[in-house]
Amino acid sequence: MRDKHKRDQPRIYKDSQAGPVSKVMPLFAIQPILRRIVQHVANLHPELFERLDDSCRKHFLIDAKGMPFLLLLRPDPDNLMLVAKSRHEEIPYDVLVSGKFKTLLRMIDSKTDSDALFFNRDITVTGDTEAIVALRNALDDMDATLADDVATAFGPLRGPVRASIDAVTKIVGSRT
Amino acid sequence: MSDLIKPELVCPAGTPASLRTAVDAGANSVYCGFKGPTNARNFPGLNFSKKELSESVKYAHDKDAMVLAAINSFPTAGRTDLWKQSVDDAVDIGIDAVIIADIGMAKYVAEQHPDQRLHLSVQAGASSPEAINFYVERFNVKRVVLPRILTVPEIKRVHDAIDCEIEAFVFGNIGMMAEGRCSLTNYVTGISTNMDGVCSPASHVDYEPDEDDGLTTRLGDFAIDCISCGETAGYPTICKGRYDTAHKKNYYAFEEPISLNLTRLLPDLMKAGVTALKIEGRQRSRAYIRSVVSAFRDAVDAYAAGEEPDITELIALTEGHKETQGAFKSKSWR
Repeated sequence: MRDKHKRDQPRIYKDSQAGPVSKVMPLFAIQPILRRIVQHVANLHPELFERLDDSCRKHFLIDAKGMPFLLLLRPDPDNLMLVAKSRHEEIPYDVLVSGKFKTLLRMIDSKTDSDALFFNRDITVTGDTEAIVALRNALDDMDATLADDVATAFGPLRGPVRASIDAVTKIVGSRT
Repeated sequence: MSDLIKPELVCPAGTPASLRTAVDAGANSVYCGFKGPTNARNFPGLNFSKKELSESVKYAHDKDAMVLAAINSFPTAGRTDLWKQSVDDAVDIGIDAVIIADIGMAKYVAEQHPDQRLHLSVQAGASSPEAINFYVERFNVKRVVLPRILTVPEIKRVHDAIDCEIEAFVFGNIGMMAEGRCSLTNYVTGISTNMDGVCSPASHVDYEPDEDDGLTTRLGDFAIDCISCGETAGYPTICKGRYDTAHKKNYYAFEEPISLNLTRLLPDLMKAGVTALKIEGRQRSRAYIRSVVSAFRDAVDAYAAGEEPDITELIALTEGHKETQGAFKSKSWR
């Protein structure tokens, strides 16, 4: 029989090849912005949590290639978390999603088909497959794009923020 | 202008946003299911609540599209109330047709909701005129979704001998099985494709990357494929796995990851009397639905107008980047 207990144990991310940039990256400056973003998206799309069901308590580690840090998401409506993590840290997670930054963003915004990305090996998923399938389907039911939602989190600054997101997407996308 | 009758384009949706996407992309009808085991795509985060389906039906009807409710898994003793409740909810919502596989549920719809349009799911596995006409005569079934095991000439012969419409799959996942009877997932995981509504449940799937950019796919305790760097992947199903056999190593013992694509056979299907063309993929994303539905909308319209459609972009969305015409073209399609 399948060892359910073994599956439920968190995995540990460890990157011995991480470059020097991530070591000096001042992540503390990013954390409040990420908190604001995840809270705003949660407020805009409460239906996300219904689709996630029990998977909302899982830890999703997002490894966007080309970014100097990782993102750790726990989409729990009672205990929301989106934090940046250094690539030098050991990070417990339930699901690890890896891919190019631009690919992941396009997938989240449903501009490209995640199954096709998976078939083509453009994204890699390890860990709790049930949780990532639930998250994929929950995000796919959002009509808005993540970039738009993130921009609106900053009220009157939404224009410049949106422009910054587009610029970052372009820069990181060109590096990967 | 061609004399072909333009068939109904039946498209998949796993979420309300997907349904809206399918309608906006040109679907004539959209099929979907309730959350839970009553339909054959019982995946995490997928499917509709009664409220979501009700709102979706209104959206579709406002745009002259229909919504079909797939209640097409098989209830077991002690669980039939859930399937009956799903039928009642679908009827209450004003669904355009209920798609049923189980003969008991067909009887329930016919007796409790005699005015409700009833379709026979591919999961019922009805492929002979005698079997189909049985459902038509006993339960007033208006349309049969044919199993993907018949050639186009065979479909024509079925069409000429039955008293209901034919719906045929034209794109998407294809399994080499008698539909409604595959127990491979059940054999390995204890969860039934046909009775719990899920093939290769995500809760039992693991992907393990290795240091050489390879990937091992596991279902339950069993490795079902080892994909090396640069190779494309497929769905984590036993039937699409690779195995070491007595005469071949790392061998697709059942079938290769591949998608059905009948765009080139559309005129033949239309001539054979197929009323509705079905796209598989309720588990796929909105991006897939937008691309495939738009492409088939253009293709069907082009063929109906006597023109040749451009179908080159569909290959990118196929499993393993490979396509087949399956049994529709030839009984041996490997």
